[in-house]
Amino acid sequence: MHFGRRITLPLGNFAGSVGRVSAVAIELLQITKRFPGVIANDRIDLAVREGDIHAVVGENGAGKSTLMKILYGMLIPDEGEIRIRGKSVSMVSAKDAIDAGIGMVHQHFMLAEQMTVLENVILGAEPRSGLKIDFGDAKRRIAETSREGTLDPDRLVEELSVGEKQRVEITKVLFRGAQILILDEPTAVLVPQEVQELFRSLRELRDRGVTIIFISHKLDEVLEIADRITVIRAGRTVASVDPAGTTTRELAELMVGAELPTPDIRESTVQPEVLLEAEGLGSRSEDGDRWVIEDMTFRIRRGEVLGIAGVEGNGQRELVEVLMGIRPVHTGRVRLDGEEIDSLSTLHRREAGMGLIPADRHGRGLLLESPLWENAMLGHQGSRPFARGLLVDSNGARRRTEEVVEAFDVRTPGVDVKIHALSGGNQQKLLVGKEMLATPTVLLASHPTRGIDVGAQAAVWESIRTARSKGLGVLLISADLDELIGLSDTLMVILRGRLVATLDPGMITPVQLGAHMTGADG
Amino acid sequence: MTLNRRLVYAVVSSALAILFALAVSAVILAVSGNNPLEAYGQMFEYGVRVDSLASAVNRAVPLYFSAMAVALGFKMGLFNIGVEGQYRIAVLVAAAVGGAIALPAPLHVLVIMATAMAVGAVWSGFAGYLKIKRGVHEVISSIMLNYVATGVGAFLLANWLRQENQAGDLVIKTPEIAPSGRLPSLNRVLELFGMDPGRVNLYGMAVVAVAAGVGFHMLINRTRFGFELRASGSSPGAAEMAGIDPKRMVLLTMVISGAIAGLVGMAHLLGFFHRYTIDFPTMLGFTGIAVALLGRNHPVGMAGGALLFGWFDRATQILDLRGIPKEIVFILQGVILLSVVVAYAVVEVRIRAAESQVVTGALREEES
Repeated sequence: MHFGRRITLPLGNFAGSVGRVSAVAIELLQITKRFPGVIANDRIDLAVREGDIHAVVGENGAGKSTLMKILYGMLIPDEGEIRIRGKSVSMVSAKDAIDAGIGMVHQHFMLAEQMTVLENVILGAEPRSGLKIDFGDAKRRIAETSREGTLDPDRLVEELSVGEKQRVEITKVLFRGAQILILDEPTAVLVPQEVQELFRSLRELRDRGVTIIFISHKLDEVLEIADRITVIRAGRTVASVDPAGTTTRELAELMVGAELPTPDIRESTVQPEVLLEAEGLGSRSEDGDRWVIEDMTFRIRRGEVLGIAGVEGNGQRELVEVLMGIRPVHTGRVRLDGEEIDSLSTLHRREAGMGLIPADRHGRGLLLESPLWENAMLGHQGSRPFARGLLVDSNGARRRTEEVVEAFDVRTPGVDVKIHALSGGNQQKLLVGKEMLATPTVLLASHPTRGIDVGAQAAVWESIRTARSKGLGVLLISADLDELIGLSDTLMVILRGRLVATLDPGMITPVQLGAHMTGADG
Repeated sequence: MTLNRRLVYAVVSSALAILFALAVSAVILAVSGNNPLEAYGQMFEYGVRVDSLASAVNRAVPLYFSAMAVALGFKMGLFNIGVEGQYRIAVLVAAAVGGAIALPAPLHVLVIMATAMAVGAVWSGFAGYLKIKRGVHEVISSIMLNYVATGVGAFLLANWLRQENQAGDLVIKTPEIAPSGRLPSLNRVLELFGMDPGRVNLYGMAVVAVAAGVGFHMLINRTRFGFELRASGSSPGAAEMAGIDPKRMVLLTMVISGAIAGLVGMAHLLGFFHRYTIDFPTMLGFTGIAVALLGRNHPVGMAGGALLFGWFDRATQILDLRGIPKEIVFILQGVILLSVVVAYAVVEVRIRAAESQVVTGALREEES
């Protein structure tokens, strides 16, 4: 995250590798992997030195995951060679990779929640004496592999924090004798403190000679932890750099292959009229024993972008659900354009002028198996031009979708194509475009540019800016601090379901904002 | 283009699955000491007779309604496994109502059908209500309601709805429905085309089934409700964000599905039995699940599936007379179903890849 470097000076990270002469642990030569219609990996080269933390960075869809699956034997490359300690190997299953000493820690944990740490670690690799599992031996070996010894082997996995679960995953892999560890986006699920924890363990492992391949797109973290960085763009290796001689900005430009656009807005378009107003808004969790959002008060005026900054999982999703009428309001009220909307259903809220770009494009925004025009209709299925009374007006819907495709440069052969066939950026442009053409009063935009390429990102920013200058009020939730600072007129920080600070985006840096988000300065 | 591709894939994969099932059944026939070619030959010879074809349609009509009831639920990810209980309780009550009242012809039939639909809707509405209020999974509740329906049906028939038997008559039954409450057979129409189905009466309900198929298609593809139904099935999360109330959709879908299920028994009731008796056909609800799967929830596909199952059902009747176990039909149906499900899963992956490729290709052409 953006505040990591405050805590540990970058210089300290490289000390371990300076002057060390290391052999190459694993080497990929000209690896190519094709899928129908796309080349995921195009002659990729990668050399990882023994005992290094080697980061592989790239945008979503750049081919990182494919490459790692190849390394772990889950995919077989069409061309190219894999060498482990100089020896050419061919791996056709994860078992081959494990036998070759490679272990993988997946982004999504693969743990049995109802079993203990010990049982999870040994699962599938149980040390036996006769027919019985030798738990004593297992415990001894776990103590050896995880020297910190902070994990109680008898605790149930479901009781552990996310960071602890990740440690179980790492221990599990080491227990199987892995000398080369692949971590796929390991920090995506962690809060900053846990990231530091993880980095400490990784450094310890490195010092014990374990080679680590660290996949990420969070550049600050990569600069902090890696000894070497390989950048992948559009399926190709574009550079292999030393973190000491590079900056996040340079890395980002290598990743996207172009100068970065900046999301800065030019002048304020804020008008006095309040469009969305929340007063003392609170909502309890389903089981009723805690507040998921609590006592939130904010205003969005005409032509204003209110940015909500926060570490994920601090109530952003719940706030959107409350505003959309999906989650009940237990205290306070919401007014849209002066009218109370607390009693309105989600559809009525949308019809009253509430637009939405959901955070999870695939889970909450799109019907992947449906054509573009049905996707454009979703959320507006009750009104023209999509419907006439109780019937769907498919011609009207198609025409409107064609307008969206035209105005927002959605790259597609037509509006009858199923949307799963489009790239993420084009899917997102459709999502944004259909909301914009419905001319909402207020737009709730959650992570509007997450996981899309730079071109689409710039297009989405531009459309938000244009709509704002025409008087749209926007609630912008994002994890991209540059986006938040660049687009917002006002910034608020969300922490544990509360709005804890109001900041001026013109006066704040990402590092300061990051500090507020963790509550360090808030 | 993609639509045609889908159609070709669907037809080819179903045909292959049926051939595969015939082959498996042939092996079983051979192992059990029968000549499979001879058995199939006799089935075919008997099956293409006009009376057999009419009978196959008669057997297909209830399966078609049953399949549509199941498919409606499938479209939004609900598994109404309770069609069996819904149609049985519905046909019993509708038969009793029909037998108890006297009305002019079209009205009498309409009242019987409306009663059946209402009873089916209420019965399946229980499962919907339990799901949205108590979180009970509809598979559990609807399958349990099947048993309840059997019990309640037996109780109602034995105690309240039965006709007093004359001496020597041991069949428990409801009073007979007057001719005004029956659907005429379509044999006259067949005769116009020079076909004589003999002793088989082609059910008038077949016409209603065709209309219902068209209605099903319109409901799913042309109405807002249909769109919301498909959206809820394809992504519950996106549907909710789009203002589609998931609870309302569950209840509404279960109720409509149950209403369709109520019509399952109408073909036999209005066209043949004219009353409910304890030997009224059962298992139509469960077979409907198979037909829905076979027809991929598509009104035309399900019609094909229902006709196929109806035809096998009729054609295998001849085997008994030749000393070959006609239970081979269950094996056939089972294997068809399994192979079709596997074939569809394989084909689906191919279609998706092909669709992506078409888009990528089209965009590349555009650029160059």
